[in-house]
Amino acid sequence: MVDENTNTAGQPPEKAAIAVHEAARHHIDDGRLIRLFDHFKREWQIYVMLLPTIIWFLVFLYKPMYGLQIAFKDYSIFRGVANSPWVGIEHFHTLFANDQFIRAVKNTVTISFYNLLFGFPAPIILALMFNEILHATYKRTAQTIVYLPHFISSVIIAGIVITAFSPTAGIINTFIGWLGFEPVYFLTQPQWFRPIFVGTGIWQEAGFGSIVFLAAIAGVNPSLYESAVVDGANRWQMMWKITIPSILPTILIMLIIRIGNVMEVSFELVILLYQPATYETADVVNTWIYRQGLQSGQYDLAAAAGLFNAVVAFVLVMTANTLSRRFSRTSLW
Amino acid sequence: MMNWNLYSRGDRFFAIVVSVLIGMFTVATLYPFIYIAAVSFSSGFAAQAGKVVLTPIDATLEAYGYILWDPQFWVSYRNTFIYTIGGTLMSLAFIIPGAYALSRPQLKGRRFFNLFIAFTMWFNAGLIPFFLNMRDLNLLDSMFGIILAFAVNAFNIILLRNFFEAIPQSFEEAARMDGANDFQVLWKVYMPLSKPAIATITLFCIVSRWNGFFWAMVLLQSEDKIPLQVFLRHTISNLSDDDEFAIVQTAAGFSAETVTAAIIVCSIIPVLIVYPFIQKYFEKGILLGGVKE
Repeated sequence: MVDENTNTAGQPPEKAAIAVHEAARHHIDDGRLIRLFDHFKREWQIYVMLLPTIIWFLVFLYKPMYGLQIAFKDYSIFRGVANSPWVGIEHFHTLFANDQFIRAVKNTVTISFYNLLFGFPAPIILALMFNEILHATYKRTAQTIVYLPHFISSVIIAGIVITAFSPTAGIINTFIGWLGFEPVYFLTQPQWFRPIFVGTGIWQEAGFGSIVFLAAIAGVNPSLYESAVVDGANRWQMMWKITIPSILPTILIMLIIRIGNVMEVSFELVILLYQPATYETADVVNTWIYRQGLQSGQYDLAAAAGLFNAVVAFVLVMTANTLSRRFSRTSLW
Repeated sequence: MMNWNLYSRGDRFFAIVVSVLIGMFTVATLYPFIYIAAVSFSSGFAAQAGKVVLTPIDATLEAYGYILWDPQFWVSYRNTFIYTIGGTLMSLAFIIPGAYALSRPQLKGRRFFNLFIAFTMWFNAGLIPFFLNMRDLNLLDSMFGIILAFAVNAFNIILLRNFFEAIPQSFEEAARMDGANDFQVLWKVYMPLSKPAIATITLFCIVSRWNGFFWAMVLLQSEDKIPLQVFLRHTISNLSDDDEFAIVQTAAGFSAETVTAAIIVCSIIPVLIVYPFIQKYFEKGILLGGVKE
């Protein structure tokens, strides 16, 4: 820049004019540089505050993204990420020819679908019911109790499920025995995994999930209810005609977020509850990656599966974000 | 507010039905905990035979005796406290200054940094690259590694940044007049004004650290480093198919079920103690959680 524009003599006028203009802009650039220097001298503290966080993100979240290239490499521990030879999309061919991986993708989508179908309405219904309860202490106590399981670790949740569904010792089979039936081996039979998993999810999260909808209900204009009372509407009608339409934007946004997270089955709980006998219905993408990669050491293939999962999730989340922005004008947030 | 006396007969009926349904759901939520507590205090034989329903059968403390005499239980309990306290402090040390910097309008490249952080909410390299990275960093089987590697997440930073941004600039003017720098402004103006948000984030950190299991299981090998959740998992999966244990338990009054239940009770108790205090914060927190990137 500097060398090109310093000599303006002997040039056609318009070129000279451009050169002068460039020089003037350059002068401003100098001023900008000085201002930038002043800025950092004055504001260095906020950059010092930001730096650790930026470094942390680079080291723990962005460096693994660089490591994702092993999905296209024949990764060897000894050669490391950078020096392992490229193999193109070979792992993806292997992946999509692998019945277990395909099964894991199908299971992920199926379990997410059941979670959506049964797990999504549950907190809404709960919030609508809480809204109908007049007795403040009763409401408060019930809320306190139903929020609790959200704070319990998945290991404990799984421990409770394993104990309760045990064929000989478990309470569920005790009840089944009282009804005169033979004990059911719930946790070793594939057909029982999804109902137990989805049911456990509802038991754990429906209460906590209702908080968002209760907040939306609290934001409904009270005069709507007052005029409905004048018109002689009953509580049931008010729920359908006022409450539900008013919280519809929140419901839509929460639904979109849920759809964006379809690839995110809580695999920690799956690992804790499944066993080889139930892989057929229980094995999801992340548990498959866990076994292939972390247990069997096929890092490159497992990383390819992870990349596939991440790309699908990214597209879903981005679509969901765009959709939710479209609705957000009428929403809570 | 609706008044009971103004309710029609239909409305009263509706309210009663709803109250009963809520009551049933509440009992269903609570029952598994009561059941587990009852199993933990029952004799091994009663538990194995499936006799426990609501109250302990042949009440005994044998299962607790078995757990509390196991030094590994105390080691992992101590470790969980270390991970929870150390991890939460580490998180706050990153998140509070980071969120403050991102909330400053004069920060150059603010849009870029915000996107840089938010992007990690949408795209994640996944389990394998994260694990290999931890190995390259020599953080396998390291307590410090666990504390550091899970200290920050985009969600908490954005949540606190939004809260800081909502505080009017006029609040800091007096401090600026007195010549306060950014560290002092953050410490003396922003942090006191942001107590609810910081409390919420602290709560999120504590809960996720206390319950953290998967990465602790994957990254830690040494028994003297594992947290309570991993110990609990080992116990549950080992007890049932451990022949030696089966022989020991026939002589004693406990079983795999009662021991598992006893560990569950021991690890829930701290949560139950803290729970009433945190409740008012998480209701606020989840609403703060409606974050925009």
